[in-house]
Amino acid sequence: MATCLCDAFYDDVAVATVEVLEHLGLEVGFSEAQTCCGQPAFNGGDWDASRKVVRHTVRTFAGEDPVIVPSGSCAAMLFHGAPLEFEKERDRDEVGQLGRRTWELADFIVNGLGVKTWPGRYEATVAFHCSCHSRGTMSGEAALALLTSIAGTRILPFGEGEQCCGFGGTFSVAFPHVSAAMGELKLEHIRAVSPDVLVSADMSCLMHLGGLAAKEGKPVRTLHVAQVLRDALNYKGASSG
Amino acid sequence: MRFQPLDLFATALPADKRASVYQSTKATHEKRTKLLFEQFADPNRLRQRAGEIKQHAIENLDAYLPAVEKKLQANGVQVHWASTAEVACETVLGIMRARKATKMVKAKTMVSEEIELADFLGRHGIEALETDLGEFIVQIDHDHPSHIVRPIIHKNRREIAQSFEREGLGAYDDDPQVITTRARHFLRQKYLQADVGLTGANFISAESGRMVLVTNEGNSRFCLAATKCHIALIGIEKIVPRDSDLALLINLLGRSGTAQDLTVYTEFISGPKSSEQPDGPEEMHVIFVDNGRTEVLASDCREILRCIRCGACLNVCPVYRQASGHAYRSVYPGPVGAVLSPILMGSRFAEKADLPKASSLCGACHEVCPVNIPIPDLLLRLRHRAKEEGVAAPGTPPMGAWALLASQPMAWRAALFGGKAMDYLPRSLLPIPALHAWEEKRTLPAWRGGEFRKWLKKRPGVKPR
Ligand code: SF4
Repeated sequence: MATCLCDAFYDDVAVATVEVLEHLGLEVGFSEAQTCCGQPAFNGGDWDASRKVVRHTVRTFAGEDPVIVPSGSCAAMLFHGAPLEFEKERDRDEVGQLGRRTWELADFIVNGLGVKTWPGRYEATVAFHCSCHSRGTMSGEAALALLTSIAGTRILPFGEGEQCCGFGGTFSVAFPHVSAAMGELKLEHIRAVSPDVLVSADMSCLMHLGGLAAKEGKPVRTLHVAQVLRDALNYKGASSG
Repeated sequence: MRFQPLDLFATALPADKRASVYQSTKATHEKRTKLLFEQFADPNRLRQRAGEIKQHAIENLDAYLPAVEKKLQANGVQVHWASTAEVACETVLGIMRARKATKMVKAKTMVSEEIELADFLGRHGIEALETDLGEFIVQIDHDHPSHIVRPIIHKNRREIAQSFEREGLGAYDDDPQVITTRARHFLRQKYLQADVGLTGANFISAESGRMVLVTNEGNSRFCLAATKCHIALIGIEKIVPRDSDLALLINLLGRSGTAQDLTVYTEFISGPKSSEQPDGPEEMHVIFVDNGRTEVLASDCREILRCIRCGACLNVCPVYRQASGHAYRSVYPGPVGAVLSPILMGSRFAEKADLPKASSLCGACHEVCPVNIPIPDLLLRLRHRAKEEGVAAPGTPPMGAWALLASQPMAWRAALFGGKAMDYLPRSLLPIPALHAWEEKRTLPAWRGGEFRKWLKKRPGVKPR
């Protein structure tokens, strides 16, 4: 599943995800009918609207194949959020079935496929923002393990890594001041270690942090984990960074 | 543009207040995490276990409440039941009047804040003096606690020194040592003059009727040293099945709340003084308070009744750290308050229905909660309830148009490509409604709608499904 953010803004992340999965020898399928995981309405409390979208997603991804999502947040919507809003619905089993075969990309690579190290080379110092939706899942550790294993990549730990970036979907527009203040704090910690690039498994966090930084006139370079993995594979020697 | 009240409150909060709330919550949180992970191989397993115990207890209150009543009565305690705040206050007043008592010393208890006991007694000519230092300062300032464990987290020592000077407790001196000594001197005589000592309880065991009180200042002990009557105000959710459950819960409470292995004082009280004991209250009353708790129990958010009021979720919460406690307009602030406060409003739920939205749903609260309460799930359920009940809120736009698009692939694809071709943003497509609010603080990335799908078409390896 490409996610609506990649569909609308971050096509290269979706491209990188396909390339990474193909590198692992998998055959990638893409359903043209896919839209969104249903999270925006779910978080907003409009569960009727959200369930409508989830039902569409369940139909679109019917079958047994694992569903790989380059977003911890959208993946968690499918394996945690959707079952919550379907608790009392008659089609909750179908929703649960999709949830059980939905994976966040890094989690899938490390814990689904058992691939724990990544080949190639990527020369950069990386600040890795562990997105909140990976709490209680194996995604954060998985992404970090893969990034750490890449030759040339150095992870720079920064302060209060467990804190949220402040995005939170509708929260970011309903509580713009608190949201932005949270993002500023995160950026402060990240800038303190001067990484070449800020990496996360969720484009939503990066859209928020990158957008804040750009608005301030002090842009931060951001990449999705999938892009780093793909770029490592494409390393041709010579230049760095 | 209208903003949520909590967001506005946070914006107006003076920078030094925000900084001190942030610094001290952060320090406690970090120390808590270090302690737990250094001392236990798997603290998360402990949190789960504690959550199971408390969940079992609240789901079987119908059995445990009569059991604890019997035990308490056998221990010589008079048991009272208060369905509402009014009944609880009246019960306390009744006990005071029966003893012709006019002076009470109080230990810190959140449930007394909840029922506004001190004000009520004051209106009836009874002095109910707070003896916890923080609560004492809140009381002399006619303020409200802003944190459930550290009531004056929003005050600095200069403000406290000014309050002491104003109250005639000595000339201005903001040395913390001086402040505590002065409070101690003042409170000492009050302990001796009071007829009744009132406390809460952190836990009460159904097996023995034994209640547990934890404090760091020892003030609850003083409250019960010279007074002849002890009143304990206890929320019905404080029950645990067995004495042995206390071991786990007490171990988690100190570490989670104040990053201590154990609070300085941990008292176990099972009744009034026995004939062999030299002193202590001769009369003891336990008032079990419902005040909306059975309503919580009947709701789909009953897990919040497991809460042991440790404050860890406040300490870790990025929103609490920005906004401080008063932003929640409730006795219970932070993540626990965002769940509990609106439900405790009963039929006036709408007045606090904005609180469950004041969260990025980051889940840090769930991760630290010693009784493993899935707070984000509960916040989501309350958001759903607000929507069902038609509570309007600024900044949360309707999702109908988006849902329509997102469940119709043709329309979705048309919007994706159309936006690109005609160089506009199909607003109803995005997971970030209210784009103007977004763009006030952040830039938007360039619109690339449909680009990925175009790329796929040229890629034979990817199978259409
Ligand atoms: S909800 Fe959990 S973390 Fe928050 S105060 Fe209660 S017990 Fe502590």
